[in-house]
Amino acid sequence: MNAVGVAQPRIEGPAKVTGAARYAADVPIEGLAFGAVVLATVTRGRIRDIDVDAVRNMPGVLGVIDHRNAPRLNPKAGGFFGPDGQLQLLQDEMIPFAGRPVALVVAETLEQAQAAAHVLPVTYDEEPHDTNFTADHPAGRPAMTIFDEPVDVGDVEAELAASSVVVEERYRTPEEYHSAMEPHSATVWWDGERLEAIDSNQGPFVIAATLATLFSLSLEKVRIRTEHVGGGFGSKGLCGPQLILAAMAAHRFGRPVRVTLTRTQVFLTTAMRPATDQLIRIGADADGRLRAIWHEPAFEISPLVEYIEGCTELTKTLYAARAIRTRLTAVPLDILPPYSMRGPGAAPGSFALESAMDELAERLGIDPLELRLRNEPAAGPVSGLPFSSRNLVECLREGAHRFGWGTRDHRPRLRREGSLLVGTGLAATSFSAGAFPSSATITAEADGTFTVAIGATDLGTGARTALTAIAADALEAGTERIRLRISDSDLGPAWSAGGSRGTTSWAWAITEAAEKLRGQEWRGTVTIDTTQSLGGLPGRERHAYSAVFAEVTADPATGEVRVRRLLGMFAVGRVVNPLLARSQVIGGMIGGLSMALHEEGVRDPVSGRHVNADFAGYHIAAHADVPDIEADFVPDHEPGIPVGVKGAGEIGNVGTAAAIANAVWHATGVRQRSLPIRLDRVLE
Amino acid sequence: MKEFAYQRAADIRDALIAGGGGARYLAGGTNLVDLMKEGVEAPTRLIDVRRLPLDGISEAADGALVIGATTTNSDLAAHPEVRRRYPALSQAVLAGASGQLRNMATVGGNLLQRTRCAYFAAQECNKRVPGTGCPAIAGAHHNHAILGWTRSCVATHASDMAVALTAFDAIVRYETLDGAGEIPLSEFYPPVGDTPHVETALPPGALITAVVLPGAAASPRSRYRKVRERASYAFATVSIAAAFTEGSVRIALGGVASRPWRCRTAEAFLLDSPGSFRAAAEAELSAAEPLPGNGYKVTLARNLIETVLKELQP
Repeated sequence: MNAVGVAQPRIEGPAKVTGAARYAADVPIEGLAFGAVVLATVTRGRIRDIDVDAVRNMPGVLGVIDHRNAPRLNPKAGGFFGPDGQLQLLQDEMIPFAGRPVALVVAETLEQAQAAAHVLPVTYDEEPHDTNFTADHPAGRPAMTIFDEPVDVGDVEAELAASSVVVEERYRTPEEYHSAMEPHSATVWWDGERLEAIDSNQGPFVIAATLATLFSLSLEKVRIRTEHVGGGFGSKGLCGPQLILAAMAAHRFGRPVRVTLTRTQVFLTTAMRPATDQLIRIGADADGRLRAIWHEPAFEISPLVEYIEGCTELTKTLYAARAIRTRLTAVPLDILPPYSMRGPGAAPGSFALESAMDELAERLGIDPLELRLRNEPAAGPVSGLPFSSRNLVECLREGAHRFGWGTRDHRPRLRREGSLLVGTGLAATSFSAGAFPSSATITAEADGTFTVAIGATDLGTGARTALTAIAADALEAGTERIRLRISDSDLGPAWSAGGSRGTTSWAWAITEAAEKLRGQEWRGTVTIDTTQSLGGLPGRERHAYSAVFAEVTADPATGEVRVRRLLGMFAVGRVVNPLLARSQVIGGMIGGLSMALHEEGVRDPVSGRHVNADFAGYHIAAHADVPDIEADFVPDHEPGIPVGVKGAGEIGNVGTAAAIANAVWHATGVRQRSLPIRLDRVLE
Repeated sequence: MKEFAYQRAADIRDALIAGGGGARYLAGGTNLVDLMKEGVEAPTRLIDVRRLPLDGISEAADGALVIGATTTNSDLAAHPEVRRRYPALSQAVLAGASGQLRNMATVGGNLLQRTRCAYFAAQECNKRVPGTGCPAIAGAHHNHAILGWTRSCVATHASDMAVALTAFDAIVRYETLDGAGEIPLSEFYPPVGDTPHVETALPPGALITAVVLPGAAASPRSRYRKVRERASYAFATVSIAAAFTEGSVRIALGGVASRPWRCRTAEAFLLDSPGSFRAAAEAELSAAEPLPGNGYKVTLARNLIETVLKELQP
C-alpha cells in the first residue's frame, strides 16, 4: 500500500501539543549563559561610544561584545545574492539601519542579560538618512536578475497602441513582516575545535556553510541542528543574527551561550518583505485577448546586500499576451535588508497583475473568469517552452463551480445586506516549481528498518511526516519501518525548507538513494547527491497553479472589510499528504488575507524607524478575521520530479490578496490599489 | 526588566502604607507587567492588591451598582445586572483584549491602563519624561487623537470599558491614608494641557476601591460599537457607547482623545432637535482637530454616532 497520498497527522503532533517537543530556545544545556542583543536606535550614522563600564559590574554580567572586541568575520560570506553585509555584525562603528545589532550583553541569566542590555549606554553620531521609498527615487537602478530577469517579447508599445482597452495603474504593497510564532533563537557551544549550534532556521546545512565561511572555519568544524522550528516564512532562511552573535559569545566566554531575539527584535533585525510600487499596463482586444502586459515594479533594498523581489514571475507565464515586457527597479534605502517572505515576488506581483486583470475585465465588460480562460497559453509566453503540466483552467473551473461563480452579477455595488455591501472576486496564480541539489543517506538496518538521513527541516509544515511517507514508498516498506533523521547539518548537503522546493528537493534525494539501495538488494548503506540528476531535468515551464475565490462584506459607514468566504483550488503536483497539504495552503491563504487587510510596517517619517514593531501594532489576521476556508486540489502531476510533486509551500499566499481586493471592488465599486485595505481606505 | 520588590497587601491600609514612592499597585498586571518588561514602567515595589476584599458587584440602596475594583473584566461583563441595565458596558468589556486577558484584568486596573501609542512604548516622550516632546505629532499618528489633544501629546486612551462608564456617569471610589474619596469619571482623566504625564485625578498613593454605576443612568437601550483594524484583539480606531435614557441621549467616544470623550455638545443638540443624529454628530465634531494622517477618524466618528443612534433609538 502506498503511503504517499494518504492523509496522516503529523508524526510530532502529540509532542508539540503536549509541550514535549523542544524548540531551539528550550533545549537544556549545562552551564548555559545568555546573551541579550542591543540594537541601534538611529537610522544611519556611527557609534560614538558604548560605555561598557556602566554595566560591567551589574549582577551576573559576564561581558559585552561590540565592534571593538568582536572576532573579525569573513566579508565574503553570503548566499544566493552574493556577499551579505547583514551578516557582518559588530565589525565596525557604522549604523546602516535602525535595528542593526551594536552589542551583545552576556550574563548568567536571561534576566540579568536583558537588564544590562536595557541600560547599556550607546551614543551615536547621526547622519542624514533616507527611508522614503518611491518608485521614481533617484537612487533607483535595475534590480539584480537572478530568479526574475527582465524580458521584452514582442512589441509592447505597438500592441498597447492597437489595443481596444488599456489598463494602466499603479499598485502598492507595504513592508510586511514574516512574524513566525517562534522567535529566532540559537544556542552555541564549542566542542573542542568544533562549533555546535542549535538554531531555529530553515536549513541547517545551508546555514552551517554560511556560518563556516563567516568564521573562516572548515565546514566539518561546524554542526547545526534544528529539530523543531516554529515557522519561518523565509525569515529563517538566512544565517540569523542570533546565531552569529551566540557563536561570537560562546567563543569569547568559553561556555554555551543562548541568544533569543525578543519579538520587537525579530521585527527590527531579521528580515521583511520590501515595499513595492508596481506600474502595470495591460492591453487587450475587445474580445479580451491580451495584446500586451508591461509590468514595471520597484521595490526597496538595503545597500548591505543584494536582493530581488521578483514581482514579475507570474507576468511572464500566466497569460498568452503577444507582447510582454518586465523591468524591476531596486531602490537602495537605509532600511532593514529585505529577504524572501512566503511567496516572494509572486505575492505582491500577483496582487498587481490580478488586480489589473480584474480592472481589465471590468472595462471590457467580460466575466473575470472568462477573461482568464481566453488567455490560456499553449506554451510559455516568454520562454516558448512547453508546460510540464498546467492545470490552471481546471483550478478555475472547479473553483468557480464550487464557489457558485456562475450566478455572479459582475456589476459592482449591487448587493446589500442591511448596512453591508457584499462582493466576490477571484484571482489566478502560479508559483514556480523545481528542485535544488540535496544528498541523502539510507541504511538498511539489521532489524528490517531503514534509517533515512537527510538534512531537511520541518518548519511545522509536516515535512517529517511527508518525507517518511515518501521514503516508505521508495523503499517499498511500511512507514513503521522508516527511521527518518533530519535537521542536522552533519547529514550532508541539502536544500532548505524554502522556495517551495523543500519537498521536491528532498523527495528527489530520498528516491534516488532508495533506487541505489534497491540495486544493492536493500542491503548496506548508500549515500547519493542529486546534483547530477537535477542537471538532466529538461527545460520546461514548471509551475504550481491555483485559483482563489473570495466573498467579502464592506461597511461603508465604518470602512470595515471582512472576508466571509475563501475558496482555493490548487494544482500542486501529486499531493503527498492531503491533510498536511490542505493545512499548508490554508495557512497560505490566511497569510494572503492578512496581507490584504492587515499587515503594514509603519515607519516614522522623521526618524525613519519602524514604529509598529510588535504584535500590538503590526496586525496579522486574528481568528475572528478568518472565515471557514475551503481548499482542495485538482489532479495534477509533475512529470520531471520524482513522486510527481511540485511544492505547496508558497502558492497559498499568492493570489489571495488580489481575490479579496477584487471582491472589495465588487462590493463597493471602489478599486483598492494599495495594501492593506485599511478601513480609512474604504470609509465613505 | 529592572529588579523590584513584591509584596502582597494584607488589607487596604497595609496597601496604602506600602503604596507610596516608587511603588505600583498590581492587580491583573495585564498592562503594567508588559510595560515593566519594556522598561516604560520601573516600579521599585509591586503591591499586590488582587486578594484584597474588593471584588464583586452589589446593588446599593439607591439602586446604584457598586463594582469592586478587583472584579475581573470577565466577571463584570457576565454579571446579569450589568447585562440587563448597562448592556453597553458589558459589550464594551467584551470588545476589549482577549478572553485570557479579561480573566486577569480588573476594573480598577482597566481604568489605569496606559496609552497604546507606539512611541510611548518605544521611546521617551512627554508622557514618560516631561519635556522630551511628542514624536507622534510629526510622526505616524494614524491612530491618534482628533479631540482635546495639545502640542504636548496626541495619544488616545486605550480602554473600552471606560468609554461605557463615561456614558453612564460612573463614579470612581478610592481610599488614601487620609480617608476615602470619589471622582466622577468625567473628571477622572484630566485634560492633556501641558501635563500629559498626569493621567488621572487620583491623589498620590490612592487605591481605587470601587466604581459606582448610578441607578438613574441605567439604560437597557444602550450599545457599544467598536471599530478597529481587525475583527478582534485590537484597540479601537473609534468606538462609541450610546444610551437612550428617559428624555436624554448619552454618547461617549473612544479612540479619539486622551480620555473617553463624552459628547456633551451632541447630547445637548439632540435635546433640542431629537433625531437629528447627523447634525448632532457634526456639531460635536466641529471641535475636532485632525492631523494630516488621521482625518478619517472625524468621518468615522460622525458615521458611528449617526448609525448607532439610528439603530438604537426607541
